[in-house]
Amino acid sequence: MSHDDHSTALTPEVHDSHVPTHREVEPLADPGLPPHTWRPTDVDPKAEKRAERQIAAMFIAAMIMAVLFVVAYFSFEVGDNWDTFAGMGASTVSLGVTLGLSLLLIGIGIIHLARKLMADAEMVEMRHPAASPQEDRDATIQALTDGLDEAGIGRRPLVRNTMLGAMGVLGLPVVVLLRDLAPGDALDTSKLAHTIWEPEMRLVRDVVGTPILASEIEVGDLINAAPEAMFPTEENGYPELEGAEEQSEKAKGAIIIVRMDPDDITPAKGREKWTVDGIICYSKICTHVGCPISLYERTTHHVLCPCHQSTFDLADAAKVVFGPAARPLPQLPLAVDGEGYLVAQSDFNEPIGASYWEREKQ
Amino acid sequence: MRVLNRTAGRLSRHRRGPLAGLAVLLLGLLISGSLYTAFAPAQATSQASQADQVAQGKELFLASCAFCHGKNGEGIPTVRDGYQIGPSLVGVGAAAVDFQVGTGRMPMASPGAQAPRKAVVFNDEEVAALAAYVASLAPGPAIPNQSDYSIEGLSEEERQEAISRGGQIFLTNCTACHNFNGAGGAMPRGGYAPSLHGVEGKYIYEALLTGPQNMPNFSNGNLSPDEKRDVIAYLDSIEDTPEYAGFALGGLGPVSEGLFAWLAGIGSLVGAAVWIASHTTRSKKSKVNA
Amino acid sequence: MSTDSRLDTSKVATSNRTDAATASKPSPAGSLASWADDRLGLATVMKKNLRKVFPDHWSFMLGEIALWSFVVLLLTGVFLTLWFNPSMGHVTYEGSYDQLRGIGMSEAMASTLNISFDVRGGLLMRQMHHWAAMIFIASMMVHLLRVYFTGAHRKPRELNWLIGCVLLLLGTLEGFTGYSLPDDLLSGTGVRAADGFLKATPVAGSYMSFLLFGGEFPGESIIPRLYIVHVLLIPGILLALIAAHMLLLVYHKHTQWPGPGRTEQNVVGYPMLPVYAAKAGGFFFMVFGVIALMGGLLSINPVWKFGPYDPTKVTAGSQPDWYMGWPDGLLRIMPTGWESVIFGYTISWNVMIPILIVPPLMLVVLMLLPFVEGWITGDKRDHHLLQRPRNAPTRTAVMVALMTFYGLAWAAGGNDIIAIKLHASINQITYFMRVAIFVGPVIAFWITRRWCISLQRHDNEVLLHGYETGIITRSPEGQYAERHLPISGSSAYTLTARERDEIHAVQGDTDAAGVAAPNSRSEKLRAKLSSWMYSNNVQKPTRAELEEAHHHAEHEAELQSGLDHPVDGHQFDDHRLRDTDEVPLRDH
Repeated sequence: MSHDDHSTALTPEVHDSHVPTHREVEPLADPGLPPHTWRPTDVDPKAEKRAERQIAAMFIAAMIMAVLFVVAYFSFEVGDNWDTFAGMGASTVSLGVTLGLSLLLIGIGIIHLARKLMADAEMVEMRHPAASPQEDRDATIQALTDGLDEAGIGRRPLVRNTMLGAMGVLGLPVVVLLRDLAPGDALDTSKLAHTIWEPEMRLVRDVVGTPILASEIEVGDLINAAPEAMFPTEENGYPELEGAEEQSEKAKGAIIIVRMDPDDITPAKGREKWTVDGIICYSKICTHVGCPISLYERTTHHVLCPCHQSTFDLADAAKVVFGPAARPLPQLPLAVDGEGYLVAQSDFNEPIGASYWEREKQ
Repeated sequence: MRVLNRTAGRLSRHRRGPLAGLAVLLLGLLISGSLYTAFAPAQATSQASQADQVAQGKELFLASCAFCHGKNGEGIPTVRDGYQIGPSLVGVGAAAVDFQVGTGRMPMASPGAQAPRKAVVFNDEEVAALAAYVASLAPGPAIPNQSDYSIEGLSEEERQEAISRGGQIFLTNCTACHNFNGAGGAMPRGGYAPSLHGVEGKYIYEALLTGPQNMPNFSNGNLSPDEKRDVIAYLDSIEDTPEYAGFALGGLGPVSEGLFAWLAGIGSLVGAAVWIASHTTRSKKSKVNA
Repeated sequence: MSTDSRLDTSKVATSNRTDAATASKPSPAGSLASWADDRLGLATVMKKNLRKVFPDHWSFMLGEIALWSFVVLLLTGVFLTLWFNPSMGHVTYEGSYDQLRGIGMSEAMASTLNISFDVRGGLLMRQMHHWAAMIFIASMMVHLLRVYFTGAHRKPRELNWLIGCVLLLLGTLEGFTGYSLPDDLLSGTGVRAADGFLKATPVAGSYMSFLLFGGEFPGESIIPRLYIVHVLLIPGILLALIAAHMLLLVYHKHTQWPGPGRTEQNVVGYPMLPVYAAKAGGFFFMVFGVIALMGGLLSINPVWKFGPYDPTKVTAGSQPDWYMGWPDGLLRIMPTGWESVIFGYTISWNVMIPILIVPPLMLVVLMLLPFVEGWITGDKRDHHLLQRPRNAPTRTAVMVALMTFYGLAWAAGGNDIIAIKLHASINQITYFMRVAIFVGPVIAFWITRRWCISLQRHDNEVLLHGYETGIITRSPEGQYAERHLPISGSSAYTLTARERDEIHAVQGDTDAAGVAAPNSRSEKLRAKLSSWMYSNNVQKPTRAELEEAHHHAEHEAELQSGLDHPVDGHQFDDHRLRDTDEVPLRDH
């Protein structure tokens, strides 16, 4: 559009911050606040009445909604016998809708009132600088110096330093008090290196706790399994685990068992005898941050973590083929017992789950 | 469905009166009627007609399946991108055929990593014939009976237990891929675990038994038939359960919830703010006496 | 008041109200008020503040959404505490939800199910609490963006910016502790990932994990500990900081958009009583109402479907709530194998970078933004007039780049859901994101800056030559052109009501004696950054340029007055020159 080039004026000024900037005259003078104009509700009594009625109608509707809320509260059953409405919980939906509409109607009514009927002339208020006046600052500094002077702390460095030191050292009890967040040997982090697995412990199906016959597993099977010690019975003689111990052993001992064509397996060095006829077992806990992992693809032998998509190749020593994890899943060495059930040869030979600082040292 | 259902919450004890049980049973029979006609002859008729069925199945197989799976179902051992094109069908059993063909996954429209569920190509009789032919190649899992995947025969208490146990087995073995709601999930390289919504119990049972495509098997040595039945009972029960909490937003978890918080929540509230701060209509008239 | 007079802005407060308030007999309320004032002396404080002026603009109400959703959180949260039992004690569920009856779980989970199924309105309150939390954090972010894009973070409001950033951090932590409390499968998976993050901390990681969990993960202490943090510690700090945030808002007075009569020295708007109070109060009810509708209609966190937490179970689509999604996305797109072992100690870069380094770094960058900008511009003045985003192209572009980074990381956090909904491959999405997270922000920065500068140029066109009327005219030569008309005086003033950007120049490198000036290196950097920030910006026209343009337009109008058909005026530009080809049109 423009056939004029204002390049000289339209580029920013380069200024020197130490020299007061030259302030030009503003291109246009401030025309000042526009005059107040009136709304139909200000000048037309009919419009005013109409707005009043609308607002009152909203408040009345809000009252009705609140009453309906109470009605819904008492008429729709929850618990054993949920009433449903169009396949949804009648109580939740009706309570939410009546409460929501009641609140919305009150809100809309009040705002309508403010917009239509309250005086809407704009007001002007002057600002004041955020900073205190210079004399106040001076007075404050004077008061501070006077106070410090009278305290004499500045003149007595020995007192000052020991007092500050005493307060600083008080930080130690505060920190030390937190030590027993994990009381006693609960803070023994070497537990991370071991799980409940031990030689000859049977592998059992998770949830149901039944042992697994090696001969019954087919190629392509994926079994989400657990140590037998997590399902103690009189028969197997494992001690009953409780509370925190049960949970942490469960969290560490979880495994996945898959069976593939033995020819597909590339055993890692030293692990040639850790499988039984193509049945291979790994920790179910991802080595990234510890999500349980069992999204298994039977044709590729890949297993995927649903949290951050680390993918491990179970046929190739569970090496990471994709995603953020850095280490393969730990492998549990397998054998079969006299009755043909799968058992562990030993515990994992490395800590399972997420990495931690002293992992390699344990 | 009635809009307002005053007794829908209860799973088993209250919802089903004595007659309702019968009604459900009859309904179940009706739905699976076609199924019965499909495979009942294979079990009940003479050797001769079974041989006929196998022959019919072979004919269909040569026409529709042999291109990928080989003339005798021996498979074509090409491997591309880690996937085998046309795996061997020897020993996969009738259950695998019933699942793959019965859900329309086979024959595939085009070769690929995953066969999506689509319109079924063959009628029930043809599916049964194909199944009979493939089953004749080598022994494999048979098509389950309705009693295998239904809890109808159990007492009230046993049903309740089966559903609770099935839920735990489902959460241990299935949700990792298929999601807590059975809505399905993503798998590596464009693969996916399909949604389980509205899938018949028979097909779920067959899928567990045979491990279609990339899904692992849950053979009877892995999950016992009763455990498979319990999983199906749980899935049925959550489909029957009302959405206590309102619209389920796809049952996909926090991602869809976050989307709604922004679109519905922030969207409507910013809209409200625009309305609140907007200027009202102005009159040309001036207030008298103002 | 006559219609053409201008308001006198020199008075502290004024209004166009004409009728005076009339004194009346002391009412019961009045005597109560004097009873209170005799003891509290409130009148002195209130006389100033009851009629305090707040400017009116929709974008000034975004922070209010956060405030009101926080109130909803307090109300619904108190309701939930009446039934919730923050204990990890083991119980067998025997409540109303059939599918979980007979299943062992923690008391926390069992009481959550009890609230959901056996307490009338309990599920509604749970869902409202969760939706309010999502909206609380989302509105804080939208508010933050508004403040930054309009330059409201500048002096004297930097401290309030810092408080706001801390509020955002605390809100996020509050959200995380909250959604971990029900002890369901999804939240437990999140807590386990958090345990993995702690363990990735160098040196003290495993001890931090053991101290937090009271022993080995998961232990029996985490839920009670998170609970007290969630209901007491963080809400307490949040309340205190929100109070400080609002006190500073009142002390500084709200910023306003420039316009006729609106200057750096005043604030124009509606008085707190009645209009602003009514609008804010009404908005509270609306926020509350929207959250109630969402709580009643939209399912959120159906814990009964997840079942109780069990460290051996997991579900597809394991994601945190949306505000934790972006670090989760960064975790997902880390390349394989970033872990090193140095002197036998493991350093997990694959966790440290996306969780322990980048998010805190982002927060620090966010907090430093006003200070960095203040240092580059060297501007020590108070600013109460807002800037349009286009008038600070570099600043706007910086925030859009940060938003792009955030958005890409966020999308990466939902890569599995994107994959399944768009039939794409999670691997391909991840590869794409690994590149896009670096390239995207740069492209976004560049496009945004150019876009802003074009908009500035457009503003100047409008100022100098008027707006496009949409009337197309044809000149006798057959040339089509659009007719422009001048914009109104107040719009023109509003467009010019912005400051000229000033590029900071380097002081002489050496002083007279040839000694290098102190800080010359930082001065040079500052000059460079200042030039980077401003040198491409288009400045508003000067008074002389405007006058020339207007004179020009009048001249055209004169020419047009002799014509019997409308013209746009431009065909007369350089009319004489157009006949001579060798003289370029634009040089005269």
